[in-house]
Amino acid sequence: MTPDLSTIWNWLDQVPDPEIPVISVVDLGIVRDVAWQGDTLEVAVTPTYSGCPATSVIAMDIETALHDRGITNVRIKTQIAPPWTTDWLSDKGRAKLTEYGIAPPSPAGGPDACPRCGGTQLTRISQFGSTPCKAHWRCDDCLEPFDYFKCI
Amino acid sequence: MTDQTALFEYLLRLGDNTLVLGHRVSEWCGHAPVLEEDIALANTALDLIGQTQMWLGLAGEVEGSGRSADDLAMHRDVWDFRNLLLVEQPNGDFGQTLMRQCLFDAFHLELLTDLTRASDDRIAAIAAKALKEVTYHLDRSSETVIGLGDGTEESHRRMQAALDLLWPYVGEMFTPDAVDDAMLAAGIAPDLKALRARFDTRIDAILTEATLTKPDSTYAQSGGKTGFRHSEHLGHMLTQMQWLQRAYPGAAW
Repeated sequence: MTPDLSTIWNWLDQVPDPEIPVISVVDLGIVRDVAWQGDTLEVAVTPTYSGCPATSVIAMDIETALHDRGITNVRIKTQIAPPWTTDWLSDKGRAKLTEYGIAPPSPAGGPDACPRCGGTQLTRISQFGSTPCKAHWRCDDCLEPFDYFKCI
Repeated sequence: MTDQTALFEYLLRLGDNTLVLGHRVSEWCGHAPVLEEDIALANTALDLIGQTQMWLGLAGEVEGSGRSADDLAMHRDVWDFRNLLLVEQPNGDFGQTLMRQCLFDAFHLELLTDLTRASDDRIAAIAAKALKEVTYHLDRSSETVIGLGDGTEESHRRMQAALDLLWPYVGEMFTPDAVDDAMLAAGIAPDLKALRARFDTRIDAILTEATLTKPDSTYAQSGGKTGFRHSEHLGHMLTQMQWLQRAYPGAAW
């Protein structure tokens, strides 16, 4: 019996992002579609940034997770259009990012508040950070540096 | 020239620009003046290399001879590269690197904006993806050019010198040839004259704010995107970039 798609989405929601393991690949919004093509499960994945080195690891993690659940034929399809946007981050994912110490993306172009103390006096240190998807900020209230998930 | 040949050539230009600039920028890794800039440069290089995979991947597909993006990047020599002369110029100091970046980013952003409306869906999709990253690149490079241009006497002097040095390489971006004309006719590439006007508006605003003076001369070096005559710098760069595939052809891991 082939598992239904909602079960598969639940399984994928347990595959952590390799660089920010508190959120899943589904939270990140990069799993765009899951569909059966005959006895092959096709998973459409979109890259966050075109050069993100995590992309191939993510594809492998998804394949492994599905194999572990007994799905033998998995095909990962890279889909670049429409391009990934941080609007696709789930609410659950945004909350988890904050809890983890990463300010979630905000359309204002910068973080709303410090993920540690909630302070709103913030200074940008660099437009780039430890991974392509993040920028580096500092809270002027608690003086701690923190990562901000860039809004794109 | 058939449409397929022109399309292949055009895709090589797009992919070679991002490949060569991506490699140049990556040369800063571990050498930038401060840690934040080091990370910013490495991330910019990473975006450009990612875009290269898409452009050269599509070029290989269009060519139809079974060459992958890696084959095209690593198994061609200088005369087969189709990048602009601007992007192969050496890094110089940090200011010169950022000036080169800003001039290219301003062109790249306008070009990609138009390519998102290309008649070929594959090109439009890659352009839309790359445009998001390049918007970010230009934000940073223009802010840095402004900060250093309108900075100390020393930083101003260096940025003006960088602009004077690199300006003769700007014209090539906007000088159409048979490949550009064929792509324009196919509804893929934009009219470079219209693009130049938008580039000028953007660059003039940045340079004015940076208190820098745009050189008077309209003299333009050429020969990069046609492959007719690259500057000597590209060959030296390729010996670094391709050394492993030259020493161990086809090596994979």
